[in-house]
Amino acid sequence: MNRLVGLFSTSIGRKLMMAVTGVLLLGFLVAHMLGNMIVFQGQDALNAYADWLTGHPMLWIARAHLLAFFALHTYLGVRLATENRIARPTRYQHRTRHQASTPASRYMILTGLVVLAFVAYHLAHFTFGAVDPGYPALVDDQGRHDVYGMIVHGFRQPWIVGTYVVAMLLLGTHLIHGARSLFQTLGLNHESFNVIIRVMTLGLVMLIVLGNISIPLFVYFGLPTH
Amino acid sequence: MNFKLRVWRQKNGTAKGAMVEYDARDISSDMSFLEMLDTVNENLIHEGQEPIAFDHDCREGICGMCSLMINGVAHGPERTTTTCQLHMRKFKDGDKITVEPWRANAFPIIRDLVVDRRALDRIMQAGGYVSVKTGSAPDANSIPVAKEDADAAFEAAECIGCGACVAACPNASATLFVAAKTAQYAHLPQGQPERSKRAINMVEAMDRDGFGSCTNHYECEAACPKGISVRFIAELNRDFLKAAMTTAKFGTLPPLPDFEE
Ligand code: HEM
Ligand code: FES
Repeated sequence: MNRLVGLFSTSIGRKLMMAVTGVLLLGFLVAHMLGNMIVFQGQDALNAYADWLTGHPMLWIARAHLLAFFALHTYLGVRLATENRIARPTRYQHRTRHQASTPASRYMILTGLVVLAFVAYHLAHFTFGAVDPGYPALVDDQGRHDVYGMIVHGFRQPWIVGTYVVAMLLLGTHLIHGARSLFQTLGLNHESFNVIIRVMTLGLVMLIVLGNISIPLFVYFGLPTH
Repeated sequence: MNFKLRVWRQKNGTAKGAMVEYDARDISSDMSFLEMLDTVNENLIHEGQEPIAFDHDCREGICGMCSLMINGVAHGPERTTTTCQLHMRKFKDGDKITVEPWRANAFPIIRDLVVDRRALDRIMQAGGYVSVKTGSAPDANSIPVAKEDADAAFEAAECIGCGACVAACPNASATLFVAAKTAQYAHLPQGQPERSKRAINMVEAMDRDGFGSCTNHYECEAACPKGISVRFIAELNRDFLKAAMTTAKFGTLPPLPDFEE
C-alpha cells in the first residue's frame, strides 16, 4: 500500500496531518498579523504594501497552498469530530467530571467552524467587496487600491468591529489548544516541557489575537494619525 | 452509612436499559465500592429480584476486571484507584451515587454494568507481544538494560487494561492503552526489531474496532488507576511517524478471527 494512503487511513496518521496543516496555517496567521500591523504606519505604507503583495508573481501559488492546507485541515477536523462522536453512541447520564480537559480542547470543532465562517466573511468583506460593494473601487491619490480607506471605513461600524473581535477571541481559543496540542501529536512532548510549551504557545496566540484585535479597536476609537 | 444509588440496568446487549434507584442501607465505611454493591445485591436476592451484574475479579487493584463510571468519573472520585480499592468512606452519608457502565462503541454492553472489552484483546493480538522464542531464562545481565529504560518500560507495563482511559475519554479513544502497550516494549532491547510494525498494527487494530482518536484532552491520564502518563502517547505518535518512514507495511492486519459467543 502507498505509504501516504496508509498513513491517511489511520487515525494517528490523520492527526499528524492535522498538526502539520495546523502549523502551516499558524505560520500564515503570524505573517498576516505582522503585515496588518503596517496599518499603523499610515495610508501610504499600507497601500504600498498591499500593492506589492497583490502584484507579486508568487501570490497565486501562495494562495493555492493556503487553500489546500485550509481545506485539508477543515476536512480532517470535521471527519475527526464526526468519528469521535460515533465512537460513543450512548452518552453518560451523569455529567462527566472533567479532570484534565479544557473548554478550548472540548470545543475545537465549534471554534474551528466559527473560524471557517469568519474566513468566508472576511474574504467577502475585504477581498471580494461583497459586504460593501464600494470597496473594490476605492483608490488613493497615487492610483493604488485604497486598502487603508477600506479598513477605516469598515471599522467605523460597531457591528463589524464586534464581529471581528469575537471571531478573533474564538480563533484564539482554537489556537490555545491547537498550538500546544500539536507538540503532543507530533511526538515532541514530555512532561518536562509542559510548562515551556504552554507559556510559549500562549504568548504566540496572544500576539496573533491581540495584534489583529488592536486594528478594529484603534480604528473605532480613533487611529493615531500620521 | 446510607446511600441512594441510581444504577444502569439492562437485561442483555439488545434490550433497552434504564436507570433504576436503590437504597444502600447500613453500609460500613470500610467497605469497598464493590462490597457495597454486594450488600445491595444480597438484599435484591432476598427480595427475589435480579442482582446487579458488574465485573470484578482480584479485588486488589491488579487484574483490571472492575470498572464502573461513578458519578461521572471512571473508577470513582479517588485518583489512581480502581473501583475495587475505592472505599465508601470517600463518600458522605446520604450521598446520591450514579453508577453507569463504560460507554463506548467498542465496548458493547453484555448486561447491566458489564461490558465486552475484548476489543482491547484484539489490539493486543495485533502486536502486543515479542515474537521470538524465549527459551530458558538468559543469564543475568547478558542483555544490558539501562535503569531509566527498565523503569520506563515498567511504568508503561503497569497498565492493567481496565479500559478506564476509553471510558473517560470524550472521544472514547483507546490511545493511552495502545501507547502503554507499545511503550512497554519500545523501551527494551527485545522490543526493537518489531517496534515500527507494532505501532502501525496496534493503531490500525484500535481504529478497526471503532475507538475514537486522541485529541489531547488528557482525561485518560487523570482517570487511569495506574496513573499512566500521556507522555507515552507522545512516544507512540513519535514511533508512528518514524514507522511511516521505514519499510514497515501499512494495512496488513490479518482479518478478525470469528469469536464464538
Ligand atoms: C486559521 C485557521 C486554523 C488554524 C491556524 C488551526 C490550527 C489548528 C492546530 C494547530 C490544531 C492542532 C492539531 C493537533 O492537535 O495536533 C488544530 C486542530 C483542529 N482544528 Fe484547526 N485550525 C484552523 C482552522 C480550523 C477550521 C476551519 C476547522 C474546521 C472544522 C478546524 C478544526 C479543527 C479540529 C476539529 C481540530 C482537532 C482538535 C484536536 O485535535 O484537538 N480548524 N487546528
Ligand atoms: S477487581 Fe481486579 S482490579 Fe479491581
